[in-house]
Amino acid sequence: MNANYNNMELMITIAARNLEDGAVVVVGTGVPCAAAMLAQLTNSPNLMILFEAGGIAPQLRTMPISVGDSRTSYKAIKATSMAEIMELCQAGIVDYCFLGGAQIDKYGNLNSTIIGENYLKPQTRFPGSGGANDLASLCWRTMVVTPQNKKRFATKIDFVTTPGYLEGGDSRVNAGLPKDTGPYKVITDIGVYGYHSDTKEMMLLSLHPGKSLQDVKDNAEFDIIIPRKYGNTEPPTTEELSILREKVDPSRIIIGRE
Amino acid sequence: MSKEALKQGIGELFTSPNCDDMRAFFRKAKKKMVNKVTTVEQAVKEYIHDGDYLAVGGFGGVRIPTSLIHEVIRQNRKNLGFSGHVATHDCQLLSAGNCFNRCDAAYVVGLEARGLSKVSRKVFESGNLKVTEWSNAALAWRLKAAAMGLPYLPSRVMLGTDTFKYSAAKEVECPFTGQKLAALPALYPDVAFIHVHRADIYGNCQIDGILVADDDIAKASKRVVITTEKLISNEDIRREPGKTVIPFWCVDAVIEVPYGSYPGNMPGEYFSDEEHLTEWLVKEKDPIQFEKFIDENIRSTKDFNEYLQRNGGMEKIQKLRQIEHLF
Repeated sequence: MNANYNNMELMITIAARNLEDGAVVVVGTGVPCAAAMLAQLTNSPNLMILFEAGGIAPQLRTMPISVGDSRTSYKAIKATSMAEIMELCQAGIVDYCFLGGAQIDKYGNLNSTIIGENYLKPQTRFPGSGGANDLASLCWRTMVVTPQNKKRFATKIDFVTTPGYLEGGDSRVNAGLPKDTGPYKVITDIGVYGYHSDTKEMMLLSLHPGKSLQDVKDNAEFDIIIPRKYGNTEPPTTEELSILREKVDPSRIIIGRE
Repeated sequence: MSKEALKQGIGELFTSPNCDDMRAFFRKAKKKMVNKVTTVEQAVKEYIHDGDYLAVGGFGGVRIPTSLIHEVIRQNRKNLGFSGHVATHDCQLLSAGNCFNRCDAAYVVGLEARGLSKVSRKVFESGNLKVTEWSNAALAWRLKAAAMGLPYLPSRVMLGTDTFKYSAAKEVECPFTGQKLAALPALYPDVAFIHVHRADIYGNCQIDGILVADDDIAKASKRVVITTEKLISNEDIRREPGKTVIPFWCVDAVIEVPYGSYPGNMPGEYFSDEEHLTEWLVKEKDPIQFEKFIDENIRSTKDFNEYLQRNGGMEKIQKLRQIEHLF
């Protein structure tokens, strides 16, 4: 671990770089929101941020606690309904969504509903889909930001709350989900991953500074495709870090989680 | 598109999507513009009964009708159906009161960035609760279908997932394009509780900021109880008719409850009381402590004002107003 930044700061910075100027993104609270704020303050001043509860294009001054709290519509363009936000996604307006989840499999399917075998009497009940299923069904590209370990990167997740590429290949489109949509990138504390164009299996795109292929393997229950050529993640710049620390999250609510 | 058979969710449908029944109900509903001002106690007594299906407005910890939910616990309503549409503090409260036995779950047991509620989790992990799974858009559109007077709306969510499998949705083929769609059955709640910024005595309501699903909830529900930060005159409503989000004919009862979303956020008025919400999560860890906490804060308090007073009263509200406005 480089002493100059922690894993949270690294993941947020990489996530922010993936949001180009002029794009439209739906975010939740926490890391996704921090990434969108950082993107707005660095390379993407015209990034349009949406919140599923109804906030459209707010000027985020302070990190929201809820995706529906008043900060999500501070100096916004419009304050509307959840139905309208979801309709925008269904109509194809929204480029990116950012999600987390308790478990992810090699096709990018996510579980945030239960741990355990029995749905009716689960070992652990989590919140469920919330808007995650909707956003991953309807936005063009789904990005996931999550710490990586064997428990989270599971061969078989206990419940498919949110669709990735389902069973791989064409299964996502065959299920009726809008074409050309689906998982795009997974950003972890070890590397950045994409998906194989045919099989739709998770594939290494770039390795973070100080991380090895062994780290990739040791921290996933399934085999992640390692292509012959993969990149090395550019570490956060001094400028990115200072904006993140001073403007985006001065109280260290998110970046202090480590 | 492959031609496999259309699928159906195995979850139970807790409410009827029959729009003709609802048309008949709404035909008979009183639409006269009469004074509907009452008390929280009276409204709960009159408009929500054991076994009813309840929809709560707002967004879990934002613009929530706290006083009505507290009163449901005080009056010990049981076996309610509950629309878990971003149900955070409301779900926590109704779980603490053990008030519901079935739930349409899109977002439950969590309090977003604050963590998970142990008491809510216990209810959902008990095996005694009937749960049907949905997504946020699915529940929002189920309410919209009802508000439109339809039996269902087609959509492109939940397809291919376990969320669909444990829902009560059905796949249908689009008669025009042949695409596979998820049909979402209309949700007509028996009763809705909604907190608003301003309402007149007839139930014409204005909301500042996001609506979440409250415009549709009000149209979809058989009975609607409104709590309002402030009662305003009918002239104020008529001066800016474009601001009326919920019209009087949807509404059965109106109660003025200043700071009524506390400990939740009220957009433009006061922020959520994060200290108190954290206290909830801490107390939940010890069942005995928690019973005492619920007793002191809800069961043995006379009303919402007493609860607010217990937790800092106007001084606290003033602080929360500063946080809201200064960020």
